[in-house]
This record gives sequence, C-alpha cells and structure tokens, in this order.
Amino acid sequence: MNKLGQNVWTYLNDRFKLQGPIEFFKHKTVPEHKHSFWYYFGGIALFLTALQIATGIMLLLYYTPSIDAAHESIQFIMSSVKFGWLIRSVHSWSANILVGILFIHMFSTFFLKSYRKPRELTWISGFFLFVLFLAFGFSGYLLPWNELSYFATRVGTDIAGSLPLVGGWLKGVILGGSGISQATLSRFFWFHVALLPLAAVAIIAVHIWLVQVLGMSRPVGMKDVKLREEPFFWNFIAKDALGWTTILVLIGVLCVFLPWEIGKKADAFAATPMGIKPEWYFTFMFTTLKLIPSHILGIEGEKLAIMAFMAGGLFWMLAPFLDRRAAQDKKSPIFTWIGVIIAVYIVILTVMTYTVKTL
Amino acid sequence: MRNKIYLIALIVIAVPVLARAQANSCVDCHLKLDGELKAPAVNYAQDAHALFGLQCQDCHGGNPAAADEDKAKDKTFKGAPKRAQIPEFCGRCHADAGYMRTANAKLRIDQLDQYWTSKHGQQLKKGDAKAAVCTDCHGNHNIQSAKFPKSSTFPWNVAATCGRCHGDAEYMKPYKIPTNQPAEWKDSVHAKALLDKKDMSAPTCNDCHGNHGAYPPEVKSVASVCRQCHPSTGDLFNKSAHKKAFDDMGASECEACHGNHKILQPSNAMLGTQNPSVCIQCHEKGSAGFQAAEELKGLLDAFDARTEAADSVLSAAEKKGVEVSEPQFRLRDMATIDILAKNLVHGLNVTDIRKKLEEAGPTLAEVEKAGTAALGEAKYRRRGLILATVLLALFGVALFMKIRTLKKPE
Repeated sequence: MNKLGQNVWTYLNDRFKLQGPIEFFKHKTVPEHKHSFWYYFGGIALFLTALQIATGIMLLLYYTPSIDAAHESIQFIMSSVKFGWLIRSVHSWSANILVGILFIHMFSTFFLKSYRKPRELTWISGFFLFVLFLAFGFSGYLLPWNELSYFATRVGTDIAGSLPLVGGWLKGVILGGSGISQATLSRFFWFHVALLPLAAVAIIAVHIWLVQVLGMSRPVGMKDVKLREEPFFWNFIAKDALGWTTILVLIGVLCVFLPWEIGKKADAFAATPMGIKPEWYFTFMFTTLKLIPSHILGIEGEKLAIMAFMAGGLFWMLAPFLDRRAAQDKKSPIFTWIGVIIAVYIVILTVMTYTVKTL
Repeated sequence: MRNKIYLIALIVIAVPVLARAQANSCVDCHLKLDGELKAPAVNYAQDAHALFGLQCQDCHGGNPAAADEDKAKDKTFKGAPKRAQIPEFCGRCHADAGYMRTANAKLRIDQLDQYWTSKHGQQLKKGDAKAAVCTDCHGNHNIQSAKFPKSSTFPWNVAATCGRCHGDAEYMKPYKIPTNQPAEWKDSVHAKALLDKKDMSAPTCNDCHGNHGAYPPEVKSVASVCRQCHPSTGDLFNKSAHKKAFDDMGASECEACHGNHKILQPSNAMLGTQNPSVCIQCHEKGSAGFQAAEELKGLLDAFDARTEAADSVLSAAEKKGVEVSEPQFRLRDMATIDILAKNLVHGLNVTDIRKKLEEAGPTLAEVEKAGTAALGEAKYRRRGLILATVLLALFGVALFMKIRTLKKPE
C-alpha cells in the first residue's frame, strides 16, 4: 500500500475501527462437507435482493402509483425509457427467482436442521424474511394495475377477508376501503417501496449478523467431526459469486426472450377473466382453498384451511423449539418427514394449478 | 273475551270465503287435462299478460270463480278463437287505444292495422288458414315481451321464429317461394354481428321486412330498406353514375351487388376485373367502368397490403418481446380509413377514395417506422445479451480459475 493509501486507511480505521471486523472476516471459515452446496443459496438470495433494490429504485423514477396512470407508466417504461424494458423485466424475473431461491434456502436449512441451538433466532428471522418477501410479491403484483393482477388481488384479499374474527377488519385495512381502488394501489405502493423494504433491511441485517457471528451450521452428528474449513474470504465468496454470475446470465436470457408482460389495463367493471390465478408461490394455498369441501365437521372448509395454513406457519417458525432431538444434535426423522410431506404438498398443488384444467 | 270470540268467528268465516274468491276453476280443471288443453294452465303464470294482472276470463270470458263447469262457462264464455279469428281476438285489446293507455301505454296499437296490410294478413283474408297469425310468432299462453332474451321475438330468436315456416320446404310448397332465407341469413355478416358479437343494432328478418306489417320488399324499395342503417352509402350511391344506370335497368341497387339474405363481409374481391368481382356482371372488358373497377381494386389492395405488412412487422417485433402496443393501437385507425374508403366506392369517385387512403399515409409511415425500429431493437437486445453473456462467462471462467488457485481448505 502506498503512502496515500496508508494515510486513508489509518484515517478511516481510527474513526470506524475497521481492523476488528477485517480480522474477523480474515479468519472466518466455512465447513466443507457433502451438504456444503446448500450454503450458497443464502448468498444468491442476498444478491437477488440487492438486484431488487437497485432495479426497484430505478423503476421509481418513472412509475406512477395512480389507477389512471400506473398501467400507462409501465407501458412507457417498457416502450420508451432507455433500457426500461430490461430494468422492469430484471425486477420482475429476479423477484420470482428470489422467491424460488428462498424456498430452496428455507427447506435446505430445515432438512439440515440448521435451526437448532444456538441458531433459533437465525431461523426465525429467516422465516420473517420469507413472509416479508411473499408480501413484497403480493403488493408488487398489483402495481402494474393490469387485469390479471387486479382480479388476483381481489381473490387474495377475499381470502384474507374470510379469516375468522379479524377477516373483515384485515381486508378493510389491506384494501383501504370495501373494494380495490386508488386507496388500495396507494397503500400497496407504500407497503412495497417503504414499509416492507425498511422491515426487510432491518431483518436482513439481523439475519446476516447472526449468520456471521454464529458461523455456518454443521449437519447433525458432525459437531465434533474434524471437517475441512475453507476461508470465507475469498474461497467461499468466489464460489458464491460464480452462482450469482450464473443467475445473472439466466435472468438476462429470460428478460430478452420473455420480457415481463404488461397485460391489459384493469377494468373494475369487467367480468372476472377465466382461470385467474395468484402468483405461482401462492398457488398451493389457492388450489387448496378450491379443492377443500365447503364444510368439514360443520366448519366452513375455507376458514379451516386458512387456520391450518396459519397453524402450519406457526409450527414452521417454532420448529427449532419443537425439534428437541435436533437440539441435542440427534437425527430427527419425524421432522424430516414433516418437511418432505410439506414440500411434496407444495409442489403437487402448484403443478396441479397449472395442469388440471378443471380447477 | 267476547271481542275475541267475534274475531275468531270472523276469521273462520272469512278465510274460506276469501279462498273461494281466489279460486280459479279454469286452472283447476285444465291442470287435470292433458296435452294442449293442459298447457295454458301450466304456462300462463310466466306469460307477459299474467304479469299485467290479466286472467283467463279477460280473453276467454266465463266465470273462473264457479266450480261447476257449466256455471264457469256462462254466457260470457268465448272459448278459444278459431285460427282466422286470432288477429281480431288479440286486437280487441291491442288495437284499443283507450284500453292500452291504461294497460300498457308503452305498446303500439297499430299492430292489427299493420297485420292486415302484411302478406300474412292478406293471405288470411283470402282464406289461407296456413298464413301466420299472432300466436304463430308470439305463442299463446307463454307470450313474452320482445325485450326478454328468451322470447321468440327477441332479435336473436327472430330468424328461428320466422324460419319455423319460411325454412320449412314442405310447409311453404304451395307459395312457391324459396325456403333457404333463414339458412342464408345465418351465414351473413348481419347474423355474425347479431349472434356472435351480440350487436343488437345488426338486422334480422323483421328489420328489413317489418314485423306485423311483414311484406317482401320490392325491387324499388330494397335500397330504402338498406339505407335505414347505411344512409351515407345510399347518399354516395345516389350521387354516382350507377344510380341512373341501375334505375334504367330496373336493378335493385344494393341487392344487385351484395345479395339479400346472405350478405357477406364486403371485400376487395368484390371489385376488379376477375371473379368473383361484381363489376364484371355489367362492365365489359375495355369499357371505362371495367378500367375503373381495376383501378379501385388496385388502390384498396395496395392500402390493405401496406397495412398488413406493417401489422406483420409489429407482430414479429411483439413475438420477439418488444413492446409495440402503441403503434398497434395506431394501426387500428387504418381499419377505420379502410371502411370509409370502401364506403366511398359507392360514390365511384376515384379521387375521393385516393384522398381518403392518403389520409392514412403519415400514420402508416410512423407505424412502419416504429415497426422497423422495434425489429431493430429486438436485434439490439439479442446482440446485447450475447455480449453480456460472453462477458459474464469470461468473468465466470476467471473466477473459476481463481478458485482453483486459492489455498485449499485444511
């Protein structure tokens, strides 16, 4: 380092105390074993989140959150803004890929039982991040104000409205009135670009902090096994970057050959189009509600399903505290099987949504 | 206590009396019968007349309050009218201005007068019992308002209603008139508009022939019938050289080129000098009309070809993922210009047609430019993708090489 560089470093280090964190990262290692591959999905999710933030900020330059101008502004972005088509398509495609990566990251963490002590809060913060990203998807879906998003939002908010006790109130809060209107678009926009990003950044910070200070979890039974450890910088980061590069190429191909569509402008007076569906990551719940009998043991089927999903979510979040065997570093096949059943259920119901025409 | 006893006694006496007063022996008896005698009792509740509060005795007389058949069929009883009597039977109310003003002021009262001027009415007067009467089109005890989509006289259903007789070769045999009109109409541009697009302004049988005063339009009146909906076309035709020529020939104007029941979507093929051009029916090779026909077709064909070419460029760009909805929207204006130019053909003024088509020039040029630019954009994106992929691949390879040189884990 030359003299100027040395001076700058000393100036910054005296003020930000950078030496400590740098020493920490210099010595940080990641265990290497047959399941190490799954570690990389967290990094890819973080990379895609950064891509979301960057493209989202750029879209804000031209997007107009008004029911009279939202659709037109998207059309303008896609047709007249230099590289607007690319920015919007990257935003939409990477959002969908991100949710897919989050599913993989979450399930791999579950199957490796990485949630066990002392990483319970890492798991819970990750669970909240997953819910937040689903909320990002739900709120962002309406913003182009097209027919599909309009009616899918109506279906989604109707489901929220059928929740016992709080349904009516919750639906009113989400919609900002009795139906989808300017108030709905305004608050979805506010959720999407203000509240959710703030919450997400805060929880991501906690999540990453926990991951860094606690290190990567070793699979069950490998706690005391001597494993090879590779340096986080640069070995692990370089491999992670290889994943980011691959994802970036995939997104580029998708954006050029399948730019995200604009759709027909929403018309509140039009009949609901046939085969209306929410975003793919909500379809397993959507199809469950379609398939469930109207009444089970005298209880409304739809309400029962929603309660079951909520209970399932609670179970999923509290898994570190419920899985006592994993907490003792023992194999817990019951939890593995529960995870398998949930994953298979999600995959089958999602595939059914797009393949069974009678649904 | 005494008041309560009086009240109970009043109820005990009043209920059977009121029930008796509400009883309708016509319905009670006819429900026990079979076939066409049972039908009125079953269907009448849905009838438009029932909705206005009319009951059996209002048309047929008699006393429905009497349980005994002889007493029910008292001296006011008229029974069912004979077929030839039906128009006057219905007309007792429907042609009575005073009655209809109170019963349903929205309805016309000239149906009966019109009927007697119609071909159906004239045939009936001649003693032809097969001629259509009110009930043939409207039904009898299940009559619905023509505004009700299930009614036999609702526009969607009129062709089927008329076709019941006019499409029946056996039934129409004595009259020696064609029976293919309903089938031909179904293939027409009018039927497609009415039945497929649910365009209620599209004509069905009664819009050209009339309904109660239905009569086949004669040669001299066909053009007037078409002009009800196509007035500007009629005006252009009146000013054209064709008007005098058609009048001299005694030709039926619109029908001579477009046909009658099977009027198809007009196309450029109707013009020109090759089959199926209608111009060559009259204009011989070498004549001024023959040349004009060729010129007109050439102008319209060139315009259509240019529009289609612009459309296919935009579609190709759209398929390649470029957003072209705005030029596509602008291209829709070309359809309007095309219709207006085709309408001008009836005026036979080539200069006017050329001028109309030239109006589209600037927009069409902009759309063509946008289409070409969109295709260029698609190419640019693909090249950009190749370049970006190559750069990212190089970066990936460099990264991979670097990973291999990094210190192996211990």
